[in-house]
Amino acid sequence: MDFNTKYTPQSWPEHPEQATMEGKNKFLGFWLFLGGETVLFASLFATYLALKNKGPSGMEFSTETLFELPLVFVMTMLLLTSSLTSVYAMYHMKNHNFKGMQTWLAITVLLGLGFLGLEIYEFYHYVHIGFTYNQSAFSSAFFTLVGTHGLHVVIGLVWIILLLIRNAKRGFSLYNAPKYYTASLYWHFIDVVWVFIFTVVYLMGVVG
Amino acid sequence: MSHDAHVYVKSQTEYEYARKKRRESMRGQVTTFGIMIFLTLISFSTVIAGFSMYFILPVILLLASVQVVLQLYYFMHMSEKNHNVPAFFLYVGAFFGFVFIITFLTIVWWG
Repeated sequence: MDFNTKYTPQSWPEHPEQATMEGKNKFLGFWLFLGGETVLFASLFATYLALKNKGPSGMEFSTETLFELPLVFVMTMLLLTSSLTSVYAMYHMKNHNFKGMQTWLAITVLLGLGFLGLEIYEFYHYVHIGFTYNQSAFSSAFFTLVGTHGLHVVIGLVWIILLLIRNAKRGFSLYNAPKYYTASLYWHFIDVVWVFIFTVVYLMGVVG
Repeated sequence: MSHDAHVYVKSQTEYEYARKKRRESMRGQVTTFGIMIFLTLISFSTVIAGFSMYFILPVILLLASVQVVLQLYYFMHMSEKNHNVPAFFLYVGAFFGFVFIITFLTIVWWG
């Protein structure tokens, strides 16, 4: 079984994530999952757009008064940079540089944690001023959409951390290469969703 | 078996060529990242500058779409070969998503 085969940079395949049947299946199955995730987030976006600023009469909360662009900007930069660092990790995987890949993924995790911390702060702040989950249709739709994205960030972070720890002493194999590759695809997808969140929720929210 | 793979050992020349190719494509990725940062900056500054809503909305939605395409085709390697089925999955998802949004925006508050 290939699990025990030791590769050198010269014998390492061009596409280690798709060199085995298992890897090919993971690759294809994961893209099918991402197609489904697109539908999930689109339905949450649709709900949010339909319920935006809708609530009890005299509601004091609206997107214009609630959102702080500087915070969103920092969060965007953190997540966008973490997307690049995971590209670097996959670059090192193709070069058969295990240490390089682990290091760049660790940086990705740190940036993701930074993003998560700011999001928790933001939600805490909203709840503190009375904009709670069940305050209005608007607040429910907002927290469900942005919270589902935040949950994906948490899952992505746990996934990458587990991969880093589990494989720390194993080094590369064609068994774990597809696992790293799908985790990095997942992380990029989180950034794809965030691009729409910062545009549709925050920027369009501030405009009105 | 599902974990078997064909092992091919590259010659030194082939190996160096492959490394060089990967380095070049990585440089392209960094350029893509630069463009994405730039698009984000334009989006935020368009909103902060306070232009008319009818100008801002199409512009920031277009910039977001461009950024997502860059992310999918370069960071997620959809531009490389062997990605027709992934693209199909994603576009089917995006199609349904688009229909959802159109539907919710039009019929939810009718009647």
